[in-house]
Amino acid sequence: MKLKLNIWRQEDANAKGQFESYDLDGIDGDMSFLEMLDVLNNNLVEQGVEPVEFDHDCREGICGMCSLQINGEPHGPDRRVTTCQLHMRKFKDGDTITIEPFRAKAFPVIKDLVVDRSAFDRIQHAGGYISVNTSGNTQDANSIPIEKENADMAFNAATCIGCGACVAACKNASAMLFTSAKVSQYALLPQGEIEATERVLNMVEQMDKEGFGNCTNTGACEIECPKGISLENIARLNREYLSASFKG
Amino acid sequence: MSGILKTSIARKFAMALSGLFLVLFLAQHFTINFTSVVSPDTFNEISHFMGTNFLVQAILQPVLIFGVVFHFIMGFVLEIKNNKARVVKYKNYNGGANAPWVSRNMIISGAVVLAFLGLHFYDFWIHEMQVKYLQGDMSGLNAAGEFRYYEETVAKFAGQPVRLGIYVLSFVFLMLHLLHGFASSFQTVGFNNKYSKGLKVFTKAFAIVIPLGFAFIAIFHYINNL
Amino acid sequence: MSILDSKIPSGPIAEKWTKHKNEINLVNPANKRNIDIIVVGTGLAGASAAATLAELGYNVKTFCFQDSPRRAHSIAAQGGINASKNYQGDGDSDYRLFYDTVKGGDYRSREANVYRLAEVSSNIIDQCVAQGVPFAREYGGLLDNRSFGGVLVSRTFYAKGQTGQQLLLGAYSAMNRQINRGKIQAFNRHEMMDIVKVDGKARGIIARNLVTGEIERHSAHAVVLASGGYGNVFFLSTNAMGSNVTAAWRAHKKGAFFANPCFTQIHPTCIPVSGDLQAKLTLMSESLRNDGRIWVPKHQKDAEAIRSGQLKPTELKEEDRDYYLERRYPAFGNLVPRDVASRAAKERCDAGYGVNKTGQAVYLDFASAIERYGKEKAFSSGHKNPSQDEIIKLGKEVVESKYGNLFDMYQKITDQNPYETPMMIFPAVHYTMGGLWVDYNLMTTIPGCYAAGEANFSDHGANRLGASALMQGLADGYFVLPYTIGDYLSNDIQTGPISTETKEFEQAEKEVLDSLNRLMNIKGDKPVDYFHRKLGLIMWNKCGMSRNENELKEAIEEIAQLREEFYSNVRIPGKATAKNAELEKASRVADFLELGELFAKDALDRNESCGGHFREEYQTEDGEALRDDENYRYVSAWEYKGQPKDAVLHKEQLIFENIELKTRSYK
Repeated sequence: MKLKLNIWRQEDANAKGQFESYDLDGIDGDMSFLEMLDVLNNNLVEQGVEPVEFDHDCREGICGMCSLQINGEPHGPDRRVTTCQLHMRKFKDGDTITIEPFRAKAFPVIKDLVVDRSAFDRIQHAGGYISVNTSGNTQDANSIPIEKENADMAFNAATCIGCGACVAACKNASAMLFTSAKVSQYALLPQGEIEATERVLNMVEQMDKEGFGNCTNTGACEIECPKGISLENIARLNREYLSASFKG
Repeated sequence: MSGILKTSIARKFAMALSGLFLVLFLAQHFTINFTSVVSPDTFNEISHFMGTNFLVQAILQPVLIFGVVFHFIMGFVLEIKNNKARVVKYKNYNGGANAPWVSRNMIISGAVVLAFLGLHFYDFWIHEMQVKYLQGDMSGLNAAGEFRYYEETVAKFAGQPVRLGIYVLSFVFLMLHLLHGFASSFQTVGFNNKYSKGLKVFTKAFAIVIPLGFAFIAIFHYINNL
Repeated sequence: MSILDSKIPSGPIAEKWTKHKNEINLVNPANKRNIDIIVVGTGLAGASAAATLAELGYNVKTFCFQDSPRRAHSIAAQGGINASKNYQGDGDSDYRLFYDTVKGGDYRSREANVYRLAEVSSNIIDQCVAQGVPFAREYGGLLDNRSFGGVLVSRTFYAKGQTGQQLLLGAYSAMNRQINRGKIQAFNRHEMMDIVKVDGKARGIIARNLVTGEIERHSAHAVVLASGGYGNVFFLSTNAMGSNVTAAWRAHKKGAFFANPCFTQIHPTCIPVSGDLQAKLTLMSESLRNDGRIWVPKHQKDAEAIRSGQLKPTELKEEDRDYYLERRYPAFGNLVPRDVASRAAKERCDAGYGVNKTGQAVYLDFASAIERYGKEKAFSSGHKNPSQDEIIKLGKEVVESKYGNLFDMYQKITDQNPYETPMMIFPAVHYTMGGLWVDYNLMTTIPGCYAAGEANFSDHGANRLGASALMQGLADGYFVLPYTIGDYLSNDIQTGPISTETKEFEQAEKEVLDSLNRLMNIKGDKPVDYFHRKLGLIMWNKCGMSRNENELKEAIEEIAQLREEFYSNVRIPGKATAKNAELEKASRVADFLELGELFAKDALDRNESCGGHFREEYQTEDGEALRDDENYRYVSAWEYKGQPKDAVLHKEQLIFENIELKTRSYK
């Protein structure tokens, strides 16, 4: 398979970036998208050109490290997969592929396609936890029975991998799906109820501080989320937030 | 007020509430207008009541105006903030792949509706204000001593294809605006559960039927007076 | 007496840990505020240790090369976590978990450590539930369990196929709480480049900021290495692309002994290699072996026809198939332990019966499970005379409900529908049991330098059982290390802050800069991957699922040669003083090129077959592993002496007082 790649190159956070185009040959449909980029990079190194930097780690679709806006969509045209699990058979011989970093004010570019998503970490620092001590907790696990339905919903929310595709897809670069997933996980569990009010207020405050946009319910995040995190979580976040605000 | 509206969710909540209020108003406005198709007399009577009742004029009308103004100012504020959340834009943004046009372009449909409101105020509301409060004529009667509302309304469309065209086009944009906005406001106030599917069908039906109804009324009067 | 002191407490095995905790020194809360600890790696072991140490009052600095602690590769663990809760009432106990783990490890682990692991396992589940980890539950609201390979009880707690993710996010949330309190400073996108010793004690690290390329000095009173395993020495593995041995290896070069490097787990159910440019292998959960039957064609001509695409596996008649695990191991069948299943697959493929284009794959077939479930389902829903089509349809629904997400993943990767045609699988490197040698307190041979989780060697012997890695990581981090480290730090309460402006830090920093500059200045013409791939092939072919003396000797030669070639011909564009992914890779591969040689040397030393280490010379007549308890019942701990080939072996004799040594049999 022969491809033409238009890739965003940017030397560092302060540099002005631009698109470069590269021709690539010998790509097989069974290769993953990132393996295709590996091939490009090895070619570039052999030519003495700095390879294209991109974030990646587990290549199993679970660590959330890989990103990339591919032909205008986060994680590319396939659904329910991360970029590392996107395969080249989704493209045709002769295709032109545009690859950009995830774009958001809260996700500044570090280099080429690598962006800084530490804003997500800071949202979590603000309240993404239950305040129990990790040493010497002696209450038996089964002393807190949890309705299976709630446990399953909490699990579904907790499967968020924090990749940032929701922000990248959203026309407003809103981080509501990410924030709502964490708030929902804890709101649905009795362990999380105790700090629920403070948690939601603090996490939303931090989310706003980071410069993400407002949710306008376009639903793009849900469609592009590689883990299928549901919009119901955003409604739950809204509910939790509003009731917490009234409580003060 | 800025205190309450400090966070993104609070702003969205206010946006949703004002939107829902305007949806209610639309339903009311449509119901009254529709009587002009069925019975000019009923239309005249209700119009006169609405136009001269103290409660409606002194309380509901300002609330409505506030609702409209708030909704559009907040709409622009949100749009500006959202724009700032992505400083460097994508070169290639395939928005259609994951969200419908109506959801992504509320600002466009909203702006068209806003422009239409300007025309609509100019057509009806300013005239009303002039007659009632500047000239002090609260009778609602024309020179012949009959209610003027129906004939004035019809006169706006009779033989006025351009105005009719603008109105119909605006209603189409109103429909686009409502197709997203009505359902979206429920999500924003935190309503998303097993009833949401049914509610969504209702909101979509409303979003289509009401603007089409408005358009029908305008076209009806135009054709009726050919 | 060996120079290795494992510091195993005296007394009966069930009382050792309690006794030890009662006797060791502690640091009082006020003094903990004056003590700094560095934790390298933020997977299950690192994140849980960091959170707990910070909670106890120490000042913690964490380091990870990823952009967030949450991305560590513990996140990819699928199946579950063992704990001897005995919630199912099926006779589980601490002793049974201990016994299963020691036996599963083919009697090459330290009894006292394993018992402690079993003892704290229950507490892990309590802890995780309290912090909101959404484990799978039954309709009654209580926790659910599943069973796993190689054991007779149901003791595995799970969260669908994402148990590692949920546990790691739990530990990460505990870290976040401490970050918010100011007790943890997280240095993400940082790589540890070296350990700094002052007066023989670990007193800090040199780290490279991967965003700016800056070299930083960080001091502490103790250093915890929780940097994971070294499976990527094989290039292709189920490890994350960034998983590396650098932190452990640099500590090794500074005096930490490296234990049992040749003990590697090769997991039997991975998606086979599809092409020469592949960078990563994907695991399919072991749970699939509960229902899938593994086979290859009985006749070579059929295997050839399948490879060339002339024959479809579904067309092959039942009598022309060889269900080789069921044939060789009638008692355990498809559920034999991982090492046994992997070797059996290799044996068939080597004999020419492999099935994909490369001949390096076997079938994992769900057709009979689909039929069996379909019949059951039809019966239980009152369908008396179902047609074959109806049975298949119902059966597929059942299989989908059990393994739907795995089947989807398989289809995404291979573009084949596993409901219609058997899956193809092949073994792949998955976990390394070997690691830094540690004593009972988890301290390495460098005073003040600890190793936790996969980075140490301690609990799994020569083979790890399923769902035990998560258990060990969290046990070390939440419940062991935070206590045992106090024993060492109690001598440091008056030390005060450690300065980084000393000659030791200066020297260490200089060495790091020199090694980076050396790499940058080679300016050869091959990318790093070229060497890494070559190393991987040597390792896989000669130090992989089965090893022999000749090939191991060849491997040692070839790796040394490759290392030389690397240092004369690698090409790294860009600068060392900026973000540079090629340089990061090169620095890691440089360490793999040394470790690989030690790995082969260790495998050559161990003249026996045990667990994941299979020496062709030491097997029974029917091809089973032949252990030599008399001569090799020891932990090999290697001391660095300048070159891998010069490494000196120290032996820690293993003493089995609570378990009788037996030959593992799964027939």
